[in-house]
Amino acid sequence: MSLEIILRSGLATGTILLFAAIGEILTELAGIQNLGVEGMMLLGAMAAFKTALATGSPWLGLLAGIAAGGLLSLAHALVTIHFQADQVVSGLSLTFLGTGLALVLGEGLTGQNAPLIPNVTIPLASKIPWFGRIFFADLNLLVYIGYLLIPIAWWYINKTRPGMHLRAVGEKPAAADSLGINVYGVRYFYTFVGGCLAGLAGAAISIAISPGWYSNLTTSGQGWIAVALVIFAQWNPMRAALGGYLFGMLRRFMLDLQGPMLLFGMRNPFFYNHNLVFFLQMMPFLLTIIALVWGSASARRQRIGAPGALGTPYVRGERG
Amino acid sequence: MSAPYRLRIQKRTEEVPRWLPMATSIGAIVLAFLISGVILAIIGGDPIRTFRYFYNAAFGSWGALSDVVVKATPLLLIGLGCGLAFRMRLWNIGAEGQFYMGAFFASLVPLVPLVDMQTTPRFVILVMMALLGMLGGGLYGFIPGWLKAKFHVSEIISTLMLNYVAVFWNNYWIYSEFSDAGFQMTPMFPKSAWLPRLADYAREVKAFSGITLHLGVVFGIIAAFIIWIIMTRSRWGYEINLIGDNPQAARYAGIDITRNVILVFMLSGALAGLAGMSEVSGVVHRLQERISTNYGFSGVIVAWLAKLNPFATILVSFLFGALIVAGREIQPSGLYFFIQGTILFLVISSDVLLRYKIELVRTAPEAVK
Repeated sequence: MSLEIILRSGLATGTILLFAAIGEILTELAGIQNLGVEGMMLLGAMAAFKTALATGSPWLGLLAGIAAGGLLSLAHALVTIHFQADQVVSGLSLTFLGTGLALVLGEGLTGQNAPLIPNVTIPLASKIPWFGRIFFADLNLLVYIGYLLIPIAWWYINKTRPGMHLRAVGEKPAAADSLGINVYGVRYFYTFVGGCLAGLAGAAISIAISPGWYSNLTTSGQGWIAVALVIFAQWNPMRAALGGYLFGMLRRFMLDLQGPMLLFGMRNPFFYNHNLVFFLQMMPFLLTIIALVWGSASARRQRIGAPGALGTPYVRGERG
Repeated sequence: MSAPYRLRIQKRTEEVPRWLPMATSIGAIVLAFLISGVILAIIGGDPIRTFRYFYNAAFGSWGALSDVVVKATPLLLIGLGCGLAFRMRLWNIGAEGQFYMGAFFASLVPLVPLVDMQTTPRFVILVMMALLGMLGGGLYGFIPGWLKAKFHVSEIISTLMLNYVAVFWNNYWIYSEFSDAGFQMTPMFPKSAWLPRLADYAREVKAFSGITLHLGVVFGIIAAFIIWIIMTRSRWGYEINLIGDNPQAARYAGIDITRNVILVFMLSGALAGLAGMSEVSGVVHRLQERISTNYGFSGVIVAWLAKLNPFATILVSFLFGALIVAGREIQPSGLYFFIQGTILFLVISSDVLLRYKIELVRTAPEAVK
């Protein structure tokens, strides 16, 4: 167990959560809650893996993963925006749909080896002592894309005109509409972007960070954790990224706890009784709940809430 | 020249016709099968043969039909619980976890054992198991309810996370303390902890031999009646309905929302817990991994498809039982999830027909003759 490995592993697995969580943040800021992240991720992971395998190109695989997540999200957009269906139920059915499609189309992919997105070392930055070795050396290309996405997403949401429009649509769609913003268009667009990022997160699993297709164990609940992360992050991409990385490190730490015979100078209970590992495996999920309790409390204290119109369909001309 | 007809979409102002909700649900199910058939055909399967196989696997014989009811039983109990919570707009997605906890608590009776399994009457043992199952599920439902009421924690996330926790909890016990000689399951329960099955009476009635139908389905039907009475005939049901429709008004009316959130979550969990008990005591006869084939999530769909109506839940869970029984026979295995997801999607989309009236109207005036 070394700090270095835990940090680096956290960066890698945190990237998966980061993509999905930032995607969901964008969708939710537009007022649409999409609980189908898990389904979109799984479909993205399958599409990426299958395409990379068939074409021999991980890049085409990456594109396929992104497209698969985006396309699936359009079903949610149509049903919640035009048919004004309940977003929670629609999101849940999206998870079923995505999982089902991924399992049907992913038959026989288990155990195969697809070409992968390569690991990359950043030339100059990796020479920074200690810091460079951890953050910029021999990490998957997607990890660096994650680094870039964090400030870009933050800047886009808070400082640009389209970002303002996005938030206006999520807070007060009627007011946004009266200013000539196309509320339906904006909501469709960001639901799609959220889906694309969830698909990217799935692709990041299957052809980059923990490669392979293991049917529905490929994502094993990470989509749900990403949704939780959005609430914990209070719709801020910076906090979502931080949470994602921390979560990744924690998972690695849990794994490392099982190895040594001695733990902090004591007999390691997890080494001697392997069944206790089940309690370690519970931890990420319990910690998510604890993070939510804490996050919800601090959000209420600072009066940061969910986007005002989150979960409410907008119908032009009706009182909102 | 423009088309002489166009679609006019108007918000409904009058009452929705009584037959319409059922018609849209049935239409959605039919359409879902059509879409799944098309997908099957695209990936190179034979939809007609698959669906005929589907039908025979579910309704082809008395044995198959009994299997369908056995599979429908947990769905019915869970669907009732979810429907109750949804009525108050509480998203209990945690029936899967509550089911496991119910199964675990109920299994404590024969595994610890809490009473002498040889001398205690079977009736007493089964009642204890049912009560403990409900307690386990109810306590597990208490957690998200309490977190929601006191800390405003999204119950969607907390119930989902607790699902994973319950599975690991269950695994710990079946791998260690209660393991049957190192296997990943507990020893089989003594016969006195089994819910009576029709097959048990095969000696008296020849036709019952091999029929696995057990008493759990009666729990489900009784529960449906009780929920119906609560929701339509009691003050508590009125409160639940009011909170669901208009929480603001409910608060002004002096209804204790915190208390109701917790109570409804506990009752919802208790029903899922009872489903867990019925499954271990009526079907599996031991605690093991994967005692649920996604009952918790299918229950959500069942509740929604039944439009939260307890009696409709009986019918819909029967249909989904058939889907499960047939689904385990066919490949690819994901088709089952896909059909479920499609059905749910179409049902919620079709709700738009209940809120809006879509008619064909003439745009051009009648031609003058």
